[in-house]
Amino acid sequence: MKNSKSIASDEQIIQDLLPRKFKTSGRIWVSLLIAICLVGIYAYYRQLRYGLAVTNMRDYVSWGIYISNFVFFVAISLVGSLITAVFRLAGVKWGAPLTRIAEMIAVAAIIFASIIIIVDMGSPERFYNLFIYGRIQSPIIWDVIVITTYFFISILLLYYPLLPDIKILLRFKEKSGPGLHKFYSFLGSFWTGSHKQYLLSKKAIYALCVAIIPVAFTIHTVTSWLFATTYRPGWDSTNFGAYFIAGAFLVGAGSVVVAMYIFRTWYHLEKYITPDHFDKMGRVLVLLCLLYLYFNVNEFLTPFFKMKESEAGYLNDMFSGSFAPVFWFAIFTGILLPIIILLFKQGRKPLPMFIVGIMVVVGAWFKRYLIVTPTLLHPFMPMHDVPEMYHHYFPSWEEWAITSGSLAGAMLIITLLCRIFPIVPIQETINEHHETAK
Amino acid sequence: MNKENNSRRDFLLTGLLAAGAGLGAVAGCHSKKDPFEAAADGTVKPSGKKVKLLSVDGEVIEVDEAFLKPVPHLPAITNSEARIGIPGKKFVMVIDLSRCKNLKKCQAACNHAHDLNPGENWIKVNPMQAAEHTAPYWEPTTCMHCDEPPCVKVCPVDATFKREDGIVLIDSDRCIGCRFCMAACPYSTRVFNWGAPEISEELASQPYSCETSIPQKKGTVGKCDFCADMTRMGMLPHCVSACPNGVFFYGDLNEDSVTNGAETFRFSDLMRDKGGYRLMEDLGTKPSVYYLPAVSRNFPFESGIENDKKQNK
Repeated sequence: MKNSKSIASDEQIIQDLLPRKFKTSGRIWVSLLIAICLVGIYAYYRQLRYGLAVTNMRDYVSWGIYISNFVFFVAISLVGSLITAVFRLAGVKWGAPLTRIAEMIAVAAIIFASIIIIVDMGSPERFYNLFIYGRIQSPIIWDVIVITTYFFISILLLYYPLLPDIKILLRFKEKSGPGLHKFYSFLGSFWTGSHKQYLLSKKAIYALCVAIIPVAFTIHTVTSWLFATTYRPGWDSTNFGAYFIAGAFLVGAGSVVVAMYIFRTWYHLEKYITPDHFDKMGRVLVLLCLLYLYFNVNEFLTPFFKMKESEAGYLNDMFSGSFAPVFWFAIFTGILLPIIILLFKQGRKPLPMFIVGIMVVVGAWFKRYLIVTPTLLHPFMPMHDVPEMYHHYFPSWEEWAITSGSLAGAMLIITLLCRIFPIVPIQETINEHHETAK
Repeated sequence: MNKENNSRRDFLLTGLLAAGAGLGAVAGCHSKKDPFEAAADGTVKPSGKKVKLLSVDGEVIEVDEAFLKPVPHLPAITNSEARIGIPGKKFVMVIDLSRCKNLKKCQAACNHAHDLNPGENWIKVNPMQAAEHTAPYWEPTTCMHCDEPPCVKVCPVDATFKREDGIVLIDSDRCIGCRFCMAACPYSTRVFNWGAPEISEELASQPYSCETSIPQKKGTVGKCDFCADMTRMGMLPHCVSACPNGVFFYGDLNEDSVTNGAETFRFSDLMRDKGGYRLMEDLGTKPSVYYLPAVSRNFPFESGIENDKKQNK
């Protein structure tokens, strides 16, 4: 009796979790994202043509929202390693339905991190110089190496667990259509699901999970070193690597919560992504918030206590000066309010969690802005003998358009991936279902 | 046979003509409009005016002026030679703050010599005041040509480099425009070409020289180059010779001698007698630019304020 029920529900699970064609709302969403991307591409065309002069970056603020956005993307991409690898290795079973969402976000984010760093280059046509003349002493080269490595590991961590699902997808040729069917068989027709293959895949995934953790730590630590290896007040900090990693896990987890809620509502996955998942992610999130708060206190309290001459200008500007609104917004929205909300059981219900997730992600984006810009506006030497506009920074429309375009692009990749592949791993869900049935 | 001879003669002459244009021989340079081919098909007519040239064999020959082929100005030395520097030298600059009244003649000469964009300055003259009750003074800053240059450390492509003679230069043909060097430089000395530099077409089409830093290029970094081209010719950097008050001294540390054109001092004497120092010594960048403190000044600080307002509103 039990057995037949579980067989019946196997089909049910598959039917529930198969990727679906876009409805009208989906089409509108995709067209909207494409439109934003196109505006971004036009802005980038202008930037290529007229140079970085179309941005409002100048000699003092020589890095602007492109670099903030780059740090943001690298940060978000770390979630792939958190949910997939850390949870898996720690034996956290409930995380299984979230692994694919996390890995899709990671892949999309790391792709756009790479794109945005090229967008920031003044002479992108010379990108190949990095390979011809690359100097291993430069932290930029470290970044190129680890980001490439991380990209490939993330792709593989998305791909290997997909193989059993692709086998299922191949059974529904008329549903997926000839084009997609061809694509699926290209990706996974060799997968028979034999015991030997299963063991091999399990081993490979385990090895990747072990490998991705140090690589993930490295990409974000190296990204923090792009700042911390300089002398500038606000960047010259030994705390930076850990501070960045803590912030990265937080924003990554926040983005997964947002994605969980959207997919759950959109695809009616209430059975698979349950309030229990939200509750548990809420606990993870509050822990990460507290951790990030701790590093923020470390980052700001000790220099604030001393108020060294070189750092005073920058600190005052953050706490009570022109950056104070953004600074306190980021601290309250991105860290403090989420902690308060998530400490309550009611706060860890799906809808409040969704809102908290958005708060964390938005707060985190502005936090990255604050990491880059205020420091650059407080150099050691006075800002003198330069045009007036060099003393301030507010991004130009091209910068906003390119940044929005990259964010839309990342969301577009996630949307397309979930159109092609099941968001919740089908085979794993079935296996788990069988285990619990026993 | 005859034809072969002809082509050999043409080849030689092309080389000669290039030399005749006074701009270095470019032998075997095939352009679409070779002057001799053009003459053969009649598109270029001889002007009748002859120019005397010396052939490689030491023969003096006459060539019609219309057949001269202009070739681009080539730098005196290649960029790979420019990377090495002048052997046995260690260039230093001394800036005497007691003589500066912010005339900004150094800046104007530098901007003119390097064809910088309007508003862009490699030399900045900053009003400085250490503390509330200390006296203000004018402090010209150039690139510090550090012996431990943070910019060179972080450059991912070796576009900015440190030479044997202490000068830090930029290869604008290699710079990818990542601006990491600008973030790394604590002296904020580096300037970026955010858009295409406003220079003449003729200048912009010249091959880039690391020693002259000309022409500046869109999407690359620029900065004070200690006028490495002047230095190679045994002449003083433009800022040094342009300053009417003799603020800047330039010279070789190995010879222990610096000069502003009018006066020459032993470098070590200046340091000892006037209390020379370097900027931000605590960072460990080891600059090649030394400062003499603003004591017993030639001009009051206020005399420079009016001139400063032109650039700093």
